[in-house]
Amino acid sequence: MSGVRVLVGTRKGAFVLTADGKRDKWKVDGPFFSGWEIYHVKGSPVDPNRIYASQSSSWFGQQVQRSNDGGKTWEPTGKEFRYDGTPGTHQWYDGTPHPWEFKRVWHFEPGIDNPDHVYAGIEDAAIFESKDGGASWTELPGLRDHRTGPQWSPGAGGMCLHTIVIDPTNAKRLFVAISAAGAFRSDDGGKSWKTITKGLNSKYIPDPTAEVGHCVHRIALHKSRPDVLFMQKHWDVMRSDNAGDQWHEISGNLPTDFGFVIDVHAHEPETVYVVPITSDQEHFPFEGKLRVYRSRTGGNEWEPLTQGLPQKDCYVNVLRDAMAVDSLDDCGVYFGTTGGQVYASANGGDTWAPIVRDLPAVLSVEVQTLK
Amino acid sequence: MIRVELPVGLRVLANLDREVTLDVPPPVTPRAILDALEGRYPVLRGAIRDFITDRRRPLVRFYACRQDLSHEPLDTLLPDAVARGEEPFLVIGAIAGG
Repeated sequence: MSGVRVLVGTRKGAFVLTADGKRDKWKVDGPFFSGWEIYHVKGSPVDPNRIYASQSSSWFGQQVQRSNDGGKTWEPTGKEFRYDGTPGTHQWYDGTPHPWEFKRVWHFEPGIDNPDHVYAGIEDAAIFESKDGGASWTELPGLRDHRTGPQWSPGAGGMCLHTIVIDPTNAKRLFVAISAAGAFRSDDGGKSWKTITKGLNSKYIPDPTAEVGHCVHRIALHKSRPDVLFMQKHWDVMRSDNAGDQWHEISGNLPTDFGFVIDVHAHEPETVYVVPITSDQEHFPFEGKLRVYRSRTGGNEWEPLTQGLPQKDCYVNVLRDAMAVDSLDDCGVYFGTTGGQVYASANGGDTWAPIVRDLPAVLSVEVQTLK
Repeated sequence: MIRVELPVGLRVLANLDREVTLDVPPPVTPRAILDALEGRYPVLRGAIRDFITDRRRPLVRFYACRQDLSHEPLDTLLPDAVARGEEPFLVIGAIAGG
């Protein structure tokens, strides 16, 4: 019997939502780690019972939790993220040099080779790796030591490495995104990195086409075409057909091209989803209507998906890690809001229904397809 | 036995639902209490004070006998009432929120 498990991180705990393949009746478990901010929860593609959760608190710092039974039980694991060597400085809000300081883990990306291998994206921006199931963490310093590192500066949400994407056909190829430094690619397992920002145009930085400074919100790819990348930037929805070497805009007829999430249909590599947000100052849906936009043409031509979603007086946000797709035959699409709703569509976005309505603000949504 | 009260976030973390009692030999100081606490509950390492510097985390406070001891050195002797177990050593999450 197939099914899905939706892993939800919120401002006040984690939740695990499960359903069978029909995805019409849901079981809600949680809160796990009650009262803690859960930035991200993600399962291993190799062993779905292995799940990693980033648990953090302004008061009590960072914890890392690991489950070996699909989220039923959890155990704390390694939580020391020490920068390699003397970390040096990046640029602070006022333009002065500021030392790199660990604040929290924004994102876990489990490896595609074995369940004990996992990457962590942290604030202040760096990528760490564990090969022992999270017991110990080692920085891959080539990213932070990139020649542009001293120019990186934080966005309003901090200088966070929030996106890690592994090429599913080549474990050595990694893509990361940093707010507000931009996007980078490694072709050697994270030892060395290059910027992948050609074609990005950001009017909110002094040189709109600079190599770094772009506030990339999210990158997604389809497993069958890992050279085709889709990006939701601070403003602009972008596409690259050569693994990030060059980008072009695909915002097309979107009502606004600001937003945070972007994802790709599990079986249709040209079908892309975004949730347009009004503006950089108005973090709520355009016109108060919560609409997912779907392009079946790889961008530019977008259609609003509204059935089952609130179409008036809706002023929630959908944060960057809060959308995911399952890989059942009829692709399921999921997203969570800062209002605490988790919406699901079992038909590729045609219709939607809330799984839950009243969770704490949702920070992340990931989905595991269970065979 | 020394009595230690933890804020809810740390009780959730350590799976505790009540006050902790610890056997702490004299001299009873915040450092001695934290060493004993973290020894019994390793998950609390780094959650109250920094792994490396031992510096109290900025939004954590230490109170005892109606005194704020947060800014005292970690090797400060605690009041006799704490050492005798009559009063708890309080670890507090600083007030925040709206």
